[in-house]
Amino acid sequence: MSFKQTPSQTIGPFFAYGLTPKQYGYNEIKDIASNNLNSEGTIGERISIEGIVFDGNNEPVDDALIEIWQASSSGLYATSKNLKNTNDSFCGFGRCGTGIDPQRKFSFTTIKPGTCSQNQAPHINFIIFMRGLLSHVYTRMYFPEEEVANQHDSFLLNVPKTRRQTLIAKQMSYSKVKVYQFNIYMQGANETVFFDV
Amino acid sequence: MTSSYNPRDWTIHPSYFSENYKSTHLRSPTKAPVKIEQTKSELTAPSFFPLINHEQENDLTKNGAVDGQQPLGERIVVTGRVLDENGKPQPNTLIEIWQCNSSGRYIHAADQHDAPLDPNFFGAGRCITDKNGIYKFYSIKPGAYPWGNHKNAWRPAHIHFSLFGPAFATRLITQSYFPGDPLLELDPIFQSTTKEARKLLIKTFDIEATEEGFALGYKFDFILRGPKATPMEK
Repeated sequence: MSFKQTPSQTIGPFFAYGLTPKQYGYNEIKDIASNNLNSEGTIGERISIEGIVFDGNNEPVDDALIEIWQASSSGLYATSKNLKNTNDSFCGFGRCGTGIDPQRKFSFTTIKPGTCSQNQAPHINFIIFMRGLLSHVYTRMYFPEEEVANQHDSFLLNVPKTRRQTLIAKQMSYSKVKVYQFNIYMQGANETVFFDV
Repeated sequence: MTSSYNPRDWTIHPSYFSENYKSTHLRSPTKAPVKIEQTKSELTAPSFFPLINHEQENDLTKNGAVDGQQPLGERIVVTGRVLDENGKPQPNTLIEIWQCNSSGRYIHAADQHDAPLDPNFFGAGRCITDKNGIYKFYSIKPGAYPWGNHKNAWRPAHIHFSLFGPAFATRLITQSYFPGDPLLELDPIFQSTTKEARKLLIKTFDIEATEEGFALGYKFDFILRGPKATPMEK
């Protein structure tokens, strides 16, 4: 028997007290995830990621939800099965809303992911939700210093060369911890590449 | 791990751009998404099973109540299954829930609609499906509220849902509506889906699920993307 997928609908503007309560100052329920993916026992190189989601007028979006999902420093995803076999307390999943930072930035504290397979460069998976987006979009952030691996990445190879730079983060130089900037452009000349996952 | 999931069914999901839903105009991607072969990144998902306290969080009539008081409004119980496209139940799946109160007001600080907040209603909770893919939560029926999309625009009563399922590829955020609501025909968000898809977004009133003397019962099944059939299985 086959069933039809439940249609997507927009997340709307008022998700934060349910999905990112702590970040927005609501204490009635606990978070299932935050924008800090690390804990004391996390193994790997500490990094930060920050960015702004821009609409078609180049205005920062102040009611987007960003979710990331990434491998550990050894290239493993923290699925329930993998978690049983590792001492690494890295959860791999993070969430951040864009309504709190004065510049409408999202930010994550995490580690640089390892390589999961030969034809995949280290990357961080993104899902973006917002009011005005009826179905979520998928994209990926890649690392600027991984030039060789990026050249062999099966996703990047499917992207026209002129658009690949929308998926490569910029490394910022203003902090001791490595900070990567990854802005997301919904429209315009630099429209971010979204994947048909 | 499943080797790949069926694509998102774009005869069912709304297009990114909708003429009548104005917020889509500057926020919808204009270029077609780039095709890829799914990898571990898309085929795995975080596990939330041990993280939530199901008993406390699946009752929105209690989790915002002060001193044992009750929120105002019609009590409802919403139940159903989470399945994949092949009809296979999805156990241990997290469902996050948020909604406005019975007057049509969200507790979110950005909601400035001039309707009262309910001191005994928070409006968000969570539940997890059991081994048969069944979920259940209690709440009150949300109200309709105005929004600025067009002249005299009102959202039909709806509940927001967020589901993960077994993979990053099965992620879903949606809204489900109530049967017989006259606002459905006028709502650009609901109408952004195809006619065939719209009936999949409406809960069914169910007298069997209704709890005598306590709450009206509604049924709603979520269908997530399913594993692609291998040639053998076809």
